[in-house]
Amino acid sequence: MDWSFLAFVIFATIAILGSLMVILQKTPVSSAFSLVLVFFSFAGLYALLGAHFIAALQILVYTGAIMVLFVFVIMLLGQDEKTTDIKDTSLLFKGVTTLGAIGLLSVFLRAVMGSKEIVAKGQYSEEKIKELGGNLQAISEVLFKDYVFHFELVSFLILGAIVATVALAKRKNTYSGEYHE
Amino acid sequence: MNEPWMMLIVACTVFLIGLMGVIFRKNLLIVLMSVELMLNAVNLSFVTFSKLHNSLEGHISVLFVMTVAAAESAVGLGLVIALFRTLKTADSDQIQILRD
Repeated sequence: MDWSFLAFVIFATIAILGSLMVILQKTPVSSAFSLVLVFFSFAGLYALLGAHFIAALQILVYTGAIMVLFVFVIMLLGQDEKTTDIKDTSLLFKGVTTLGAIGLLSVFLRAVMGSKEIVAKGQYSEEKIKELGGNLQAISEVLFKDYVFHFELVSFLILGAIVATVALAKRKNTYSGEYHE
Repeated sequence: MNEPWMMLIVACTVFLIGLMGVIFRKNLLIVLMSVELMLNAVNLSFVTFSKLHNSLEGHISVLFVMTVAAAESAVGLGLVIALFRTLKTADSDQIQILRD
């Protein structure tokens, strides 16, 4: 058996089972740790696709930064009690959701079927990337030549996120209505 | 023999699981985690299509999506903390300040 296929099967199984565990676990902490599993297996899938830079970034950004944020917030909120909090919804809502899910599924199936007819027209084939000196070199060439303006715009987004988070954190409790238990 | 459509099937499955989490869970933290799942699934399909097209634009999009996801989770978790300080709950059905 092909090794890369074996790796794909392992990573894909961990990804799907882990994401099922994320939404089915009762405590948020176990959901968070299942999410770590999913992120690691996604990094493996990126590496299988030849996107080595994205795989490294996935581990750095998601497992490193975002998961620490999540676990930290779970610690702050003290959310360690078990909750069986599946929403009880009306029949109309269930019907609309089912219809929407069927529509989404057909769009996905169309995309998956259509992916077989795609003709590779871009210039960055595997040989070209190898010639340039690897995935990271090729990405940085595209990023800092064609997309440098967008790259700078993203820094404004991060600045906005920082300002928003600080404003949220410094806000005093101003709501004085009644709370529903 | 890694076929691209198998990667796309994994991406679709994880996206739909994340959507189910967003719709059916009440705990705001788990809703945010499901949003992260959906973003990851979209990233995987970006990378797959990028390989199919022999182009690197998909990788660039993934970079930007990751930045947006990091900013989104920072602001979202800040909102959850602010809500929890006000309402003492992280349950999305209990948040009905605007109704009364």
